Amino acid sequence: MIRKLALSALTALSLAASPALAAGELGEITDYSFSFEGPFGSYDRAQIQRGLQVYTEACAACHGLQYVPFRTLTQESGPALSPDAMRAYAATFEVQDPVTGDWRPAGGPDHFPGSGMETAPDLSLMAKARIGFSGPYGLGINQLLYGIGGPEYIASFLAGFDGREEMQAGTMFYYNTAYDGWVSMAPVLWEDGVEYADGTPATIEQQAQDVAAFLMWAAEPKLAERKKWGFIGSLFLVLLASLLYLTNKRLWAPVKKQAKQG
Amino acid sequence: MSGIPHDHYEPKTNAEKWLHSRLPIVGLIYDTIMIPTPKNLNWMWIWGIVLMFCLVLQIVTGIILAMHYTPHVDMAFASVEHIMRNVNGGHMLRYLHQNGAMLFFAAVYLHIFRGLYYGSYKTPREVTWIIGMLIYLAMMATAFMGYVLPWGQMSFWGATVITGLFGAIPGIGDALQTWLLGGPAVGNATLNRFFSLHYLLPFVIVGLVILHVWAFHNTGNNNPAGVDVRKTSKEEAEKDTLPFWPYFVIKDLFALVVVLLVFWMIVGFMPNFLGHADNYIEANPLVTPSHIVPEWYFLPFYAILRAFTSDVWVVIAANWISFGIIDATFFGVLAMFGSIFVMVLVPWLDTSSVRSGRFRPMFKWYFWLLIVDFFVLMWAGAMPAEGIYTTIALIGTAYWFGYFLVILPLLGVLEKPTAPPATIEEDFKATTRKSAGKGVAPEQIPAE
Repeated sequence: MIRKLALSALTALSLAASPALAAGELGEITDYSFSFEGPFGSYDRAQIQRGLQVYTEACAACHGLQYVPFRTLTQESGPALSPDAMRAYAATFEVQDPVTGDWRPAGGPDHFPGSGMETAPDLSLMAKARIGFSGPYGLGINQLLYGIGGPEYIASFLAGFDGREEMQAGTMFYYNTAYDGWVSMAPVLWEDGVEYADGTPATIEQQAQDVAAFLMWAAEPKLAERKKWGFIGSLFLVLLASLLYLTNKRLWAPVKKQAKQG
Repeated sequence: MSGIPHDHYEPKTNAEKWLHSRLPIVGLIYDTIMIPTPKNLNWMWIWGIVLMFCLVLQIVTGIILAMHYTPHVDMAFASVEHIMRNVNGGHMLRYLHQNGAMLFFAAVYLHIFRGLYYGSYKTPREVTWIIGMLIYLAMMATAFMGYVLPWGQMSFWGATVITGLFGAIPGIGDALQTWLLGGPAVGNATLNRFFSLHYLLPFVIVGLVILHVWAFHNTGNNNPAGVDVRKTSKEEAEKDTLPFWPYFVIKDLFALVVVLLVFWMIVGFMPNFLGHADNYIEANPLVTPSHIVPEWYFLPFYAILRAFTSDVWVVIAANWISFGIIDATFFGVLAMFGSIFVMVLVPWLDTSSVRSGRFRPMFKWYFWLLIVDFFVLMWAGAMPAEGIYTTIALIGTAYWFGYFLVILPLLGVLEKPTAPPATIEEDFKATTRKSAGKGVAPEQIPAE
């Protein structure tokens, strides 16, 4: 009986597994190990804060985070800035007031500005909009343990410029090994390009991973809450299933006994 | 109900009698819940309850999501992000709804294939089967329109491709497509009408589900042995059946909770596992994704749709016979709808006198090959429509139609079935005793 159920569940899973097969061709994606992977993973506060710094200094000039409100920077399971630090940070951005239409320093309820450059995509959901890997065999099941692969893609992309440049039709293109092709975005991370307050050595790979982690938080701020409910709900369902299993066994026992004897 | 002799509701108190003579609703509920159910139902008979749960889950989460969603091309994507970020519990509701659709389809496929294996579509249950197919069609329409609502890249381009199918109909195609979309291309009018219909259709499904349940309550459940419940006397009927409550309610609830455990872990720990990354990019009519694929549950039929290219001989023949009216695209559309239509016709295509596949030695092989074929088509549907993949899809399509149109009608004549047990009681005893021992095929173990 359990076997049958396991079989059914497996069938349902494998039925469900095919969309990841649709993943496009990828370049070299490094499978970085992030703290928020796996059923019990959570965001590393220090890393998210470092990532926020890299975002501010290296990305924000061209890219935006239009769906992320500044107030969420105080989120405990995220960057966990103090309210004062959050307001001070927000005030460094200028936004257009939705009511008066005037430009003013941003406050907690405002969102990060959108992209300042037309060709630079908004980064609010980038970590969920890219696939780093979809194994094994394209089934995508290993994201249960290794995450969805989006942050890996971002980190690999930022650390994936091999220095080749080419002028095409008046625009400079740069070769990127993660994209496996020429891209118009220039490399933005440099060795010690930022100075981390916590003294972490600012290698390119370190910065790339930190900003990727920050962007994962930006794309999925409710990750910690979701996993908590996932865990509580699973425990409850295991308990309920055990009780129903025993109830069912007891309920059918006389019927089965009769069938075996009669 | 069900023509099986059993106890009916008898109003006892004056109040009960008063109500019963005016509206026998308590009696209706009693007869529905206490329906005599074959003792030997196995674990493949649980998917109905899972489906019932899915329908309720989707309606409840959907109604709440609709309170926060904005069906406008400039605001739809942002309103979904608003749900994900600002609405209390919104991220859970949305992930439940998104993955709930997939559980719904996983369960409906298992339910349909169970029916195909055990001959649940055969007389006298043809009407139950056909209503079931209508439910499946309504589900597909609902899921397709629901997928458009978040207004991501795959939403937009999926809608463009699928509504384009109607444009392939000769003569009226273009006009029909424009009428469906409310304009020359997928736009705000399309989004609004899809939202409206996505809200309406689930309630149509509720109506159809009531008819589906009514229909099989009238004929009684099929069962793994495929033999009828004895109806000559109440005593004999009781040897073959047990009341639905409590025996099957508890059994089904246990199975439901086990299924929900897997479902809940996917929602909690990997909610984007089955989604498509491109749908986290807002719809952009100017940028076509390199690879447009539907959700996994449409892939087998998507493969059939794309299998027919203009160099396939049946397409060339159809084109020639119809004086060029039927081209490759239209042929693909006909094949896709045809692949579901042959399932509707299966009660009359299957000529075998034996109901359950368990006693059909040749049928078994072709049936499992059909399951393999379903997965092969699903895989082919996810691949680019080029090279070897279209050939594989074409072979898979040929088997799909071959199974229903050639193999099932012929098997009834060619195959020599083994003898089914005389009664359900006998089957139940045999399988119960077997399961007490070791090494039993899991499908034959009846409920514990």
